[in-house]
Amino acid sequence: MSILNLFIIIPILTVVGIVLTKDLKQSRLVSAIGMGVQMLLSFVLVYLYLRERATGNTAAMLFTYDALWFPTLNIHYSLGVDGISVAMIALTGIVVFAGIFASWKVTYLPREFFISLIILASGVFGFFISVDLFTMFLFYELAVIPMYLLIGIWGSGPKEYSAMKLTLMLMAGSAMLMVGILGIYFFSSPDHSHLTFNLLEISKIRIPIEMQRFLFPFTFVGFGILGALFPFHTWSPDGHASAPTAVSMLHAGVLMKLGGYGAFRVAIFLMPEAAHEQAWIFLILTSISVVYGAFSAAVQNDLKYINAYSSVSHCGLVLFAVLMMNQTAMNGAIVQMISHGLMTALFFALIGMIYGRTHTRIIQEMGGLMKVIPFLGVVYVIAGLASLGLPGFSGFVAEMIIFTGAFQHVDVFHRVITIVAASSIVITAVYILRVVGLLLMGPIKNDHFLHLDDAKWYERISTITLVLAITAIGVAPFWLTNMINFSLAPIVEKLSAIQITSLF
Amino acid sequence: MNFSDILTMRHELMLTLLALVVLIIDLNLHNRNKHLIIPVTLVLFFLHTVVGFLPAEKSILFGGMYRTNSLLVMMKNILNIGVLIILLQSVTWLKKEENREKISEYFVLLFSTLIGMDFMISSGDFLMFYLGLELATIPVAALAAYTHHNTKSAEAGIKLLLSSALSSGILLFGISLIYGSTGSIYYDTVMDMYQNSPMQVMAFIFFFTGMAFKISLVPFHLWTADVYEGAPINVTSYLSVISKGAAAFILIIVMFTVFNKLAPVYNHILYLISVLTMTIGNLFALRQKNMKRFLAFSSIAQAGFILLGILGGNVLGMTSVIYFVLVYIFSNLGAFGVVSAIQTVTGKESMDDYDGLYATNPKLSLLMMLALFSLAGIPPVAGFFGKFFLFASAASAGYYWLVFIAVLNATVSLYYYLLVVKAMFINKNETPLAYFKSDLATRTGLILSGLGIFILGFWSQIYEVINSLSFGIIH
Repeated sequence: MSILNLFIIIPILTVVGIVLTKDLKQSRLVSAIGMGVQMLLSFVLVYLYLRERATGNTAAMLFTYDALWFPTLNIHYSLGVDGISVAMIALTGIVVFAGIFASWKVTYLPREFFISLIILASGVFGFFISVDLFTMFLFYELAVIPMYLLIGIWGSGPKEYSAMKLTLMLMAGSAMLMVGILGIYFFSSPDHSHLTFNLLEISKIRIPIEMQRFLFPFTFVGFGILGALFPFHTWSPDGHASAPTAVSMLHAGVLMKLGGYGAFRVAIFLMPEAAHEQAWIFLILTSISVVYGAFSAAVQNDLKYINAYSSVSHCGLVLFAVLMMNQTAMNGAIVQMISHGLMTALFFALIGMIYGRTHTRIIQEMGGLMKVIPFLGVVYVIAGLASLGLPGFSGFVAEMIIFTGAFQHVDVFHRVITIVAASSIVITAVYILRVVGLLLMGPIKNDHFLHLDDAKWYERISTITLVLAITAIGVAPFWLTNMINFSLAPIVEKLSAIQITSLF
Repeated sequence: MNFSDILTMRHELMLTLLALVVLIIDLNLHNRNKHLIIPVTLVLFFLHTVVGFLPAEKSILFGGMYRTNSLLVMMKNILNIGVLIILLQSVTWLKKEENREKISEYFVLLFSTLIGMDFMISSGDFLMFYLGLELATIPVAALAAYTHHNTKSAEAGIKLLLSSALSSGILLFGISLIYGSTGSIYYDTVMDMYQNSPMQVMAFIFFFTGMAFKISLVPFHLWTADVYEGAPINVTSYLSVISKGAAAFILIIVMFTVFNKLAPVYNHILYLISVLTMTIGNLFALRQKNMKRFLAFSSIAQAGFILLGILGGNVLGMTSVIYFVLVYIFSNLGAFGVVSAIQTVTGKESMDDYDGLYATNPKLSLLMMLALFSLAGIPPVAGFFGKFFLFASAASAGYYWLVFIAVLNATVSLYYYLLVVKAMFINKNETPLAYFKSDLATRTGLILSGLGIFILGFWSQIYEVINSLSFGIIH
């Protein structure tokens, strides 16, 4: 038995535990314990992984576990992690744990809420530890569907519309993905004799270039929809704005990373030739995501919409960096995923907490909150500064690496598009500072706000966990980048070995 | 006939015996005690289902008219389990005062159609096939008109009878052309003699049209919604699950063996019909407010998916279709079971009546949600696996665009399945349906289908068994 199985077993046990509970107090306690254990487990995994690497184990995937599931189709329940997935698992562990504490006061159908939340989380964990495309796809869909109930039942605003839009768009994405995965499967063996869903085995062979040209857009866009690729990002602002706090956190923080991770792990890794050929199309689209998302965030008045569009922009940057296909930029992409995951989760947690007090999310109606709720105010500023890339926080590290990597391309197209995307840094500063100014500074506009309480203990747990993680990455990024680099090296090596003339 | 032959035909013989026993018991029962037939029949049918699982030998009877092997026996067993669940789900309804007089008729008619389907599956020539088909169809029309005092039910019976008569005629014409061009009605001989001459292609088209009526493929689906809506709910679920499943079974056997050589010709037809069926079934389902009509159109769309497996044209395709039908039976029976339980107790069958159901009947709502997710193909329930394998078989033959259209259609279908979920879980309702406790039989039926929905996907053994049996048919 590999330790990775625990990442599936613990959520299942937690769900069973919640089913047995009676009320909010018990169910949130069980969820907090379950997901706390899960978070610790993910830290243990990081430790074990580093120790294993230190002893000189150079296998691509560690802690592998493999069980034959459907022999006819050669489908395996196959687990394994490398540095990248370990980092993503640690991120998920932290965000889910913080999410449980951010939903400490869910009074309507609490048991159902926590069960759906944990099913969602287990889908994400399962996705990151899967090595087999079939199980990966299964966990991917498993993560998408609880969203409908979570937004539809516990959301706010036009929640039914948003929930349906989000679910259908993501399912359309998985429709494309299904075609991509099946195509990869049926060409996973040159002589069609040993078809396999195993990522590592497929990566060893070369899928015929004509098939790659056909399958790459399906796979990339399929994952890209989840990663808010322009013009398929429209589910994201509505979905995030309507979702309850913990769900926004999990969704923007972790679920959208499934898109970036999958685009890189499946689409680009398995079909490098087509990726090189078609990268320019998607580079243009992602840079639109980056800039357009930032501009949209600058004109929104609803806190959640601002953050949702900022997620579009930041997740666009992840896909942008992945498409640059060199060691530095891809490294930056992974760091950006982690960094944005933590940051945006912190943002959404704070927005939820502020909304719970002021009962409005429109920034013009608020002001001077720093004076009444200093703790939340300060944390909000920290999140904002991290988001606009202040050195010392994770955002700076990520963006720095990405743009350095992107600029390593010497041709005009890549240079221009990098400059365009980099302009988002300025716009990000505009919308972050605008919000901070309107929300936290200035006079208090509503007398009612004078009597607000500052953060409760459970809210502090939630926010402090995230702030610590953000600062840790900002101060000591080498820790993370070393872990990623080791696993990234063979992938980049494979990518750079390809000589294909692209349009640009 | 010696004993081993009897054992070979045990499904059909036991069912005939069962129907007779029910009639005899009915004769000797006083009017007051008619309801006693229900438990007796249930127990007997359960025994029949169990006996069906005894190991089967490959054998041929009546000079090739009747044949059997493990795969065919498995198909019959699948149908038996489905019928058992339907019987359990119809107990409450049968116990109603207005049905007391005709309980035995329900069982006898139901068993007759099941015998017909068993014969159809086991047929070795077109004559036996046609006999089985008629035996399977005509009693269903009587069943659809079971509550004949209800105009809609009577209308459903007549509609079903007329449209099946028409489709049988077309099918018979196809068979006669096959006989005319090959000189034989035996599957094996026909298979050898087929040369894809224009007349033989024509014969196939007529034959396929007849079958398309039975599985309600677009454009031969128009009878479906009205009949489904008018017929009593348990008959509807029988029509949409068992009838359709049996027709899909026999279609895939015939397509993969008899008309094997025609594949290059019929693939184009199937492609088109599959796209039409999925799309039109889905588009019509979007607007339905009556749960029975809703499930009717959704089951039309599901039939479109089955064609994907046939297009696959290999062992994978055959396995996937059988597996898909198995999963479909459990999922659809789960959904129909809930609709039936609610309809029998409260008389409500509109989607608006389901608003806020979760607050009062959480278990029914959860089962309904799982069943609908399974129909939509959402993991971790079995429907996901069924759909995935079906799509995989189509992809194995290179139909990537068809797979894409199909998955997009699955997404559209998810929309209307979610409408029901939304009604039950999200919509607010001042006066939701009151809490009620179903009786033991209904609950057993619901639990069985729920278990099936959950277990079938993870239990890969089932898929492997079907695969190994299908391998024997094709090679």
